Amino acid sequence: MNAPTKAIGSAPTARRSGPRFRLTAAQRGILLAAGIFAVMFAVYGWKQSVGLTPNVINTAANKGALLALVAMAQTLPILTRGLDLSVGAVFVLANCLASSVVVGDPMMTGVGIVVVLIAGLLCGALNGVIIVYGRLQPLIVTLATGAIFFGVSLAIRPQPGGSVNFEFADFMTRSTYAVPHSVILLVMVVVLVWIPYRRSVLGRAAFAIGSAEQAAYMSGVPIERAKVLAYALSGFLAAIGGLLLTALTYSGAAKITIANDYTLNSIGAVVIGGTSLFGGVGSAIGSIFGAFVMRTVGDLLIVFDINPVLQPLFVGIVLLVAVSIGSLRILRIKNKLDLYR
Amino acid sequence: MGVFNAIARQFDRATIIAFGCIGVLLLIGSLAEPAFLSPQYLIQQLHVASFLGVVATGVMLVILLGHIDLSIPWTIGVGGMMATGAVSILGPEWGVPLAIPFGICCGALIGVINGLGVAYLRAPSMIFTLGMNAVAQGLMVYHTGGFAPQDRATELMRELTVGQLIPGVPNPILIWIFVGAAAMFMLNRSTLGRQIYAIGNQERAVFLSGVDTRKVILICFVISGACAAATGVLLAGWANRSYQAMGDPYLLPTIAAIILGGTNVLGGRGKYIGTVAGVILITILQSMLSVVQPQRYFAQLGLDFPADTFRQVVFGLVIFGMLLIYGRQQLVR
Repeated sequence: MNAPTKAIGSAPTARRSGPRFRLTAAQRGILLAAGIFAVMFAVYGWKQSVGLTPNVINTAANKGALLALVAMAQTLPILTRGLDLSVGAVFVLANCLASSVVVGDPMMTGVGIVVVLIAGLLCGALNGVIIVYGRLQPLIVTLATGAIFFGVSLAIRPQPGGSVNFEFADFMTRSTYAVPHSVILLVMVVVLVWIPYRRSVLGRAAFAIGSAEQAAYMSGVPIERAKVLAYALSGFLAAIGGLLLTALTYSGAAKITIANDYTLNSIGAVVIGGTSLFGGVGSAIGSIFGAFVMRTVGDLLIVFDINPVLQPLFVGIVLLVAVSIGSLRILRIKNKLDLYR
Repeated sequence: MGVFNAIARQFDRATIIAFGCIGVLLLIGSLAEPAFLSPQYLIQQLHVASFLGVVATGVMLVILLGHIDLSIPWTIGVGGMMATGAVSILGPEWGVPLAIPFGICCGALIGVINGLGVAYLRAPSMIFTLGMNAVAQGLMVYHTGGFAPQDRATELMRELTVGQLIPGVPNPILIWIFVGAAAMFMLNRSTLGRQIYAIGNQERAVFLSGVDTRKVILICFVISGACAAATGVLLAGWANRSYQAMGDPYLLPTIAAIILGGTNVLGGRGKYIGTVAGVILITILQSMLSVVQPQRYFAQLGLDFPADTFRQVVFGLVIFGMLLIYGRQQLVR
């Protein structure tokens, strides 16, 4: 897609090379989500009384980045045609853990961050191991592990509270030259985690499993390892989100509503980002934009002077519209049988 | 003999294990607290279970189709809040007698939209019902202006939940028996029931057999919405009022109960008796954890855990234990 002019050549060449310049479904999803976000954010900036100051951008970025990380975490299992209903609980668990261990001098803080990330990785790996070797449905497994993870976070932090290393928290939520550090964090996660994963054998295996598990197995794809890795990385990303939440709130709180809210919104963000719930198609980058779309809905309500308690209504409508756009394909279907799986 | 076989067919392996677990739980509980085996306690548990049972009936149909209904929490809320709010919406003359049908109809309406989206627009049920849940929440918040609704439950609603038509048996249990019997009859003896199981296995084949599968899916979502709203009406009668988020604690237990009862999450397999077992199991488990209070023993060891920790962790562990016994899937080969 780097050179559209190249496609315009002599007619036979164009026909032959035509498909090469077509965007994949995942890329179209990313572009659509990014477009919706750009429009929404532009409207937000235009209606905002103070305009898009670095402060406004930073606040919006921090809020969006939280959901974006959880949504990226949700993307990986969904790509394998699974689902992770425990991302919200891992997110809260990481938050509670971080509010206890990410304290003290820089050395202690560093160790604490690593501990939180490893805890997230282990939670995800536990999901994966149970799903793969227990041969159970992801939906119900993560429902159950979600309850367990939430129980553990309650044990860590029965009452909201705790603290976090101030410099670390400030650094994570500040912005430099109007570029919020949370956005840099997202870019780093994409560059250091998502892209290497996408290109690795196990990452491609995850896509293959999502498209057709049977065929993937027949082709010698390492199904078991790929699935465990997808869930483990999901826990890891959710834990990064939990760290960022701790940095934003300076405390930890084990609230079931937070866990549920992030789990449900993450699924919405994944869908808006163009990832198919049936697996095999999609991208974590799309989920980032999906998350920002979900969060900008709330901001738009405020600038349009609509009662903020109505936010769920609009988030719901955005979700319904997003899935209904996807169902436009039924207008193109020639054979009615294609409707049915 | 034929009757015996027909009854025995209803009890698959999962159901028997679930009922066995209920027995074991009660036995272990009675060692710690003899009151667990008293008729009063058991009736009281069935009373609490009947709320979960009614909502699980509807959701089970949807799960049998291979779909899922995540709009349960706020459909319960809509049922309760519309029933108690009927007086202010329909006026005092019509509002009192029509309160219950009005609440259930509002829930059914949510089911209609879910069904249209899933069956006709072919949207993934998980995300569509999730969106509907948010929309229902938003509408209810708009209806109440963000505050707790002040409307009280009507006399009839109170009577339905706490009254006893048969002495000693609270009415919700009768309602659950009625709803459950209707669901069992439908699933086992009617064309619709056969079509539901068949769609869960292979919708394409059912469509090719000349069945309007979309209509069947729509009907199941409507039933699910109506059942959830009926639960909301009962809950509002029980608490004597409706409140925001009254349905929130019901989503996970509902799905867990259905799956513990041996219904396949991917659809096509499952017996209603299993769901009954799952509902009772979940209810007794939750009740026992709050009675036994395991945190007291840990407090003696100097570990201070909140009560909810145990409820959540044990809840999760039991689901695993049960599923590892009978919920495992075929290996991919």
